[in-house]
Formats: sequence, C-alpha cells, structure tokens
Amino acid sequence: MAQTTSVESGAHRRWENDPVLSVERLTMRFGGLVAVNDLSFDVGRGDITALIGPNGAGKTTVFNCVTGFYKPTEGRIVMRHGAGRKNDLVEELTASSAQHKSDGDGAVFLLERMADFTISHRARVARTFQNIRLFSGMTVLENLLVAQHNKLMVASGYTIGGVLMLPGYRKARGEAVDRAVYWMERTGLIDRADDPAGDLPYGAQRRLEIARAMCTGPHLLCLDEPAAGLNPRESAELNELLQFIRNEHGTSILLIEHDMGVVMEISDHIIVLDYGEKIADGDADQVKTDPKVIAAYLGVEDEEVLEQAEVLEVVAEAVGSKEEVARKIQRGGGEGGKQ
Amino acid sequence: MAQTPTSTMSPEGAQAKAEKRAEAAPGLPRTGPGRLQEALRDAVMTAALAGVLGFFFLALRTDIAPGGLAITTRWGLWFSAIAIVFAGRLALNLFWFDKRGGGRAAVKTTAKTTVVSEGLDFMTIAGWVMFAVAVVLPFLIMWLLPGQQRQLIDLSILILTYVMLGWGLNIVVGLAGLLDLGYVAFYAVGAYSFALLSTHFEFIGFWVALPLAGLLAAIWGVILGFPVLRLRGDYLAIVTLAFGEIIRVVLLNWYQFTGGPDGISRIPKPTLFGLEFARGDDGFAAFFGLEYSTIHRFIFIYYIIFVLAIVTHLVTVRLRRLPVGRAWEAMREDEIACRSLGINTTNTKLTAFAIGAMFGGFAGSFFATRQGFISPESFTFLESAIILAIVVLGGLGSQFGVVIASIVMIGGIELLRNLGFLQQIFGEGFDPVRFRMLFFGMAMVAIMVWKPRGLISTREPSVVLKHRKKIGADMVSQGEGH
Ligand SMILES: Nc1ncnc2c1ncn2[C@@H]1O[C@H](COP(=O)(O)OP(=O)(O)O)[C@@H](O)[C@H]1O
Ligand SMILES: [Mg+2]
Repeated sequence: MAQTTSVESGAHRRWENDPVLSVERLTMRFGGLVAVNDLSFDVGRGDITALIGPNGAGKTTVFNCVTGFYKPTEGRIVMRHGAGRKNDLVEELTASSAQHKSDGDGAVFLLERMADFTISHRARVARTFQNIRLFSGMTVLENLLVAQHNKLMVASGYTIGGVLMLPGYRKARGEAVDRAVYWMERTGLIDRADDPAGDLPYGAQRRLEIARAMCTGPHLLCLDEPAAGLNPRESAELNELLQFIRNEHGTSILLIEHDMGVVMEISDHIIVLDYGEKIADGDADQVKTDPKVIAAYLGVEDEEVLEQAEVLEVVAEAVGSKEEVARKIQRGGGEGGKQ
Repeated sequence: MAQTPTSTMSPEGAQAKAEKRAEAAPGLPRTGPGRLQEALRDAVMTAALAGVLGFFFLALRTDIAPGGLAITTRWGLWFSAIAIVFAGRLALNLFWFDKRGGGRAAVKTTAKTTVVSEGLDFMTIAGWVMFAVAVVLPFLIMWLLPGQQRQLIDLSILILTYVMLGWGLNIVVGLAGLLDLGYVAFYAVGAYSFALLSTHFEFIGFWVALPLAGLLAAIWGVILGFPVLRLRGDYLAIVTLAFGEIIRVVLLNWYQFTGGPDGISRIPKPTLFGLEFARGDDGFAAFFGLEYSTIHRFIFIYYIIFVLAIVTHLVTVRLRRLPVGRAWEAMREDEIACRSLGINTTNTKLTAFAIGAMFGGFAGSFFATRQGFISPESFTFLESAIILAIVVLGGLGSQFGVVIASIVMIGGIELLRNLGFLQQIFGEGFDPVRFRMLFFGMAMVAIMVWKPRGLISTREPSVVLKHRKKIGADMVSQGEGH
C-alpha cells in the first residue's frame, strides 16, 4: 500500500489554505466544568489530522460537538465541500440563519446549527466511537447496509415503492451490497459477512466500525481512538487502512489517538489538547519537540498513554535521561474510557 | 489484510468475555455418582420447599361449620403435590439441565450464538405446515368436530385476531424496540372508526371502512408518536400506557359521540361483494344455491381475518428487508450509532409507530364487524398486556413466535375453561374456571424461566451474502424499556 509523503516542517501546510473543517473558538461547558475552552483549529482537506492529549483533555467532547451530539456552548464549526476557504460564503452563511449554503463548486455547512443525523447525511462527516457502537445483533453486512440507509431509502421510494416491489430498489440494493463487500474486503471482514457484529473479535469490531463509517461516503472521517485495545499487528494494519482511505478515497481523517507510534507515523498535522485548550498545533516534528507537549504528557497520570514506549522515546529525547522519565511514569494511575 | 489468528494473540473484548463465560459456570457435576447425589439433594430441597409452602394451602382447609370454622386435612393432596414436585425436579436435574451442559447457570450462557442453517430449517417447514392448516382449518373443523364447529371456528378467529395484533405490535416492540403498553388504543381507534363511520354514513361498509380505519389509526400513531418518542425507556412505556387509558376514558365519557359505556351496536356485517350472509333470496346461500346455515358467515369472517393477518405478515417480512426495517432494528440495537450514520431516528420511530398502529386499526375494524357491537370495555389495559405478552412470549421480533404464543395463550385461556378433570384431582369443591388466570400466569412464568427471551429467540438476518446464519439472542438487544 502506498506510503504517505511526509510533509516537510513549515512547508506545505494544507490545513491553512484548504481546510475541510474549521473549528473556531469552540467552547463547551458542562455546568461549571469547561471541557473545551476557546479552541480553534483547522483540518486540511486530504490530511490525516491527529487530535491528541491526555485523558480528559476534551478530545471526545470536540468530536461530539463536530458531529452534532453536543451543542457547543460557543463557537463556530465550519465544514467545507469543495476547495478553498470560501471565506465570503462562510460569512454570508453565518449572517443568515440557514444551516448550509452552496456555491458553484461546493458548499459550506455550519455544523453547530445542524442535527447530528443531518451532519452525517448532508455535511458528510462520519464518525466512530471510543467505546465501539456496533449493531451487535445484526450481521456485518447488515451493519454496512444500515450505513447506506439514506441512499437506499430514496431508492425504495421511501418504503412505498419497496413494499410494492417496484424496480429500482433492487438495483440500488445490489450496489449497496457491492459497496459493503468492497469495504469488507478492505477491512478483512469478508469471511465474516454473515456473522453478527457482536461475535467479532475486538480488533475486527474496530475495523467494522470504520468500514461502516466509510459506507456513508464521508468527506471527513472522525475516528475516536481507533487503535485502543489493538495489538501491534492490528495497529499496523489500521495504519495501512487509514492511509488507504486517505490516498484512494481522498477522505480527510481526523483521529484521536493515544498511540504515539501511529500518530507520528501517519499524521500530517497534529493538534495537542490539554485541559480543553490547545497547547500545540503543527506537523509531527514540531509537536514532538514542543516543551509544552512534553510537559503535558509527563504531568498526566494515565496508564494508557504512558505505557507507550514511543512516548518514552519522544520524551526521553527531549528530557535527556530515560531512567528519570521512567521513574516519573511509575506514578501513573488508570481511568476508564468514556464515549 | 485478512488476519489469521496466531497462538500469540490472546482473545480480547467480546470474544474473551464469551470464552470466559463458557469456561465458568460449572454447575452440577456432569457425570458419575456425584451428579445423581446432587440431583437428588436438589430435588429433596425443592420438594421440602413445596411441602412448606403448600402446607397451609393444600394440607389444611378451613370450612365454615356451625359454631365457627372447621379444619379438614387433605394429606393425600399435599403428599401428591410434594411427590410431583420431587419427581419433576429430579427429572429436570437429570435430563434437562444436564443436557444443556451443566447446571442451571449454564443454560443461558453456553447457548451457541450463531447457527448456520442451509436450506430449509424446522421453522420454515413448520411455518408452511401451519399456513396450510390455517387455509383449510374451517373445513377441517367441520369435518372432524361438527358438534363444536361454531365454537372452534370462533376460537380460530379469535386466535387469528391476536396473531394479527401481535404481528402489528411486533413491528413496534420487536423490531423498533419501543416498548408500547398502549397498543390497544389503536385497536380501539380502528374499531370505533368503523363503527362510527358505518352507523353515521349508510354507504360505508366494512370494505370501505377498513382502509379508513387503518389510516386513522396510523394518524393517531403519529399524533401520539410526536411527543412520546422523545422519551426513552421506561418513560416511553409509561406514557404509551397512559395514552391507551386516555383513549379508553374518552370513549367512555364522550357520550354523545361514542355512546359512552353503552357502546355502539348494529355495526354492519361484512359482505362478499355485496352479498350478505343472511337468510333470504339475495343472501350468500341462496346465490350459490346452498342451504342457509349460520356457519357460512363464521367461515367467511375466518377468511377475512386470515387474509388480513397474512397481509400483515407479508408486509412486515417485506419491510424488514427494506432500509426502513433495517433502520428499525438498528435503532433497537443502538440509537446513537444510527444517528451517526445519518438516520433520522425520530422519523424512523414514527414510521414504526404508524405502521404498527395501522395494523392495529385494521384489526380493530375487523373486531367491530365481527362483534357487531363494541364498547370501551373491550379495550382495557389487559388487552394491551395480552398482546404484549404474546409478542414477548413468542420472542421479540419473531413472526413465528407470535403465532405459537397466540395459540398457546388465547387457546390456552379458552382450554382452561373446561378443565373438568382437575376436579378429580383437587376434589369436588375445586372450580377450575376460577383458577384459570392463575394457571395461565404460572404457565407464563414457567415459559419465561425456561426461555427468558421468548419461545423463538433467534434472529434471522435480513440480508445474506453467503451463508444464512441465525443470530443468538445474547447478541440481539431488546431496545428501550425492557
Ligand atoms: N456529557 C458530559 N457531561 C459532563 N461532563 C462531561 C461530559 N462529556 C465529557 N465531560 C467531561 O469533559 C471532560 C473531557 O472529556 P472527554 O472529552 O471525554 O476527554 P477525552 O476524550 O480527551 O479523554 C472530562 O472532564 C469529562 O468528564
Ligand atoms: Mg475520549
């Protein structure tokens, strides 16, 4: 599979000129708790962008705001179809009360105004969940067909044509099954097409969730800790899958990840959060050497993050003594996963 | 990038859990004298428990005698009850619990989750056999049991009505996973729609009113659905229950419109293309040159409900394979995931509610025409509960299960009306009819203990790539409020 051309530091920063998603001054409060504070970042079209940070930093909350599961307290979230920043169109849309606006070669969406299911359906943002959410009593194939619901719904004449067995639906269903088969082949699930999703091993469930999200035909794919709980080999396969999705389908990917190996290897752009605020933003080389990032990762008490040998490497490089770092890590505690 | 399992990989997540579950749960020892001993001890304990519990109910009996109460003892009855419990429990221990791989705890957990079934399986065959029997049932009854033909055909009609109601509710509860405790409201809307339309407008007969009644019920389904479907779980169940009661209370109190507790009578009977089932020259019998008999109308009504039920079934089966049906089931499995895939869950729930309500409305208008008289008494909560019990007992989402459960429940309730032989066992004073509901409840509890997910708990996938496999109940979720 094709390897990503890693972007030279400071050179071709796609997220500045051609962002598919812009999060602008996003704030999310839960009562007194500020989970995300005045956060702004851009996600480049066709980039793999990583959102990293210690547990509880607010990463999943950002995802939930972007995909409409939470209404942000403040801020604007712009999704763009078609090249360029489209500043005029965005301002025009913001001034109006509409949810989206299109010009000749694209459209812009204000995600904070849209309901979760229209964000997936219209703005074409797909997501996976930190704690896997599959339809476990349905087969792998059924899971992938549910993801193509809206298209099939139209083809079935909003059910009426389908009940009367009008033609047209049959063809659309065939295409939907083909697309499902395509993604099952890509994710190594084709042999388990007729097994219930709940029967799959953990790694396969993670891959199925990605396949299901891809079946919605997204412009932006948001993955919440896709490598959590995978063994190194599955993790490597996941890297390949993500690069395949980006290279062959041109889908932009925004991922939350703790595994620094994955992050450093495949991301074009990394955003680091700590306590709901952005502490670093740039490509891998910039972020790796940022003292704030190192401090944040040392200060956190979290098994999952600190177990990664890669972090050790990164941090040791900066701090100097590997032993010293390891000693600090020993204090790490644990925390359960959230949505 | 297909992945082959290697010995270094340890199972994770769900798989690991499943494997651990299978290893745990030792239960009773599986072989040897130890097992017999265990089984005996367990049976003795159960029998002792039955003895203690039954002592005051079975062994002693108080009668009103001159000058106070007199106690009579019935040791024979008590001992036979204990003996039955002992023998039953022992047999269960030896032959049933064991077969399922160990003790009671293992019964549920070691069940296989997926079963490959190529070609025809038992359920398909049984389904076709039942269909064939149902097609000729009235004539079968007339041929085999001419003495009781009226009652039996009437009972078949009743059972089929519940089958249809069960199938309608199955869409809402079984597929969409929305616990609806007020389904009878739509049944009532259908029945009253037809009754009112036909009594106010001369020209509206059953066949015109039928689609109207379904439509009105569906509209009511949507009206109810809008406020209610934002609620989750238990709240949804409670509000649907209240809605069912509100409809009934309105019907009861809106005297000018619905006739209140007097109900509505003289609802027209259905006709066969204008032919009435009446004595006379223009009746059905005369037209076909048959001798007039009241049984003709029973048979006709039987076939109406049969066709209605089959239509319900075919539409449901079709819907399951359409995107909307898959979305219902997906919603039952995980609503949040559905929305992340662009499914408008509110609309999807509304369609489930409306379509379920529509079939309830059809059934209601059939009920009105069959009875010729309706009143709010026919639409109490008990009715909702029975329909729901049919769906749950049959196994949520299973069409075949609904049929079995309807036969068992409705047929069972009727059967218990004539259990004269129980008097021989329990003595002269024992009136089985009074204990009918008790028996019935016990039987339901027994079935739910034996099969907690209903009689047919496996799920059939709606689409197959290569192999048709049934999905075990432990994978399938039950949706809201269960
Ligand atoms: N629905 C919610 N209600 C209240 N607090 C929440 C909610 N969701 C997240 N939080 C809080 O917001 C903070 C950020 O959480 P989260 O976004 O899940 O972190 P991360 O994904 O980076 O580990 C945490 O302190 C968490 O407890
Ligand atoms: Mg998280």
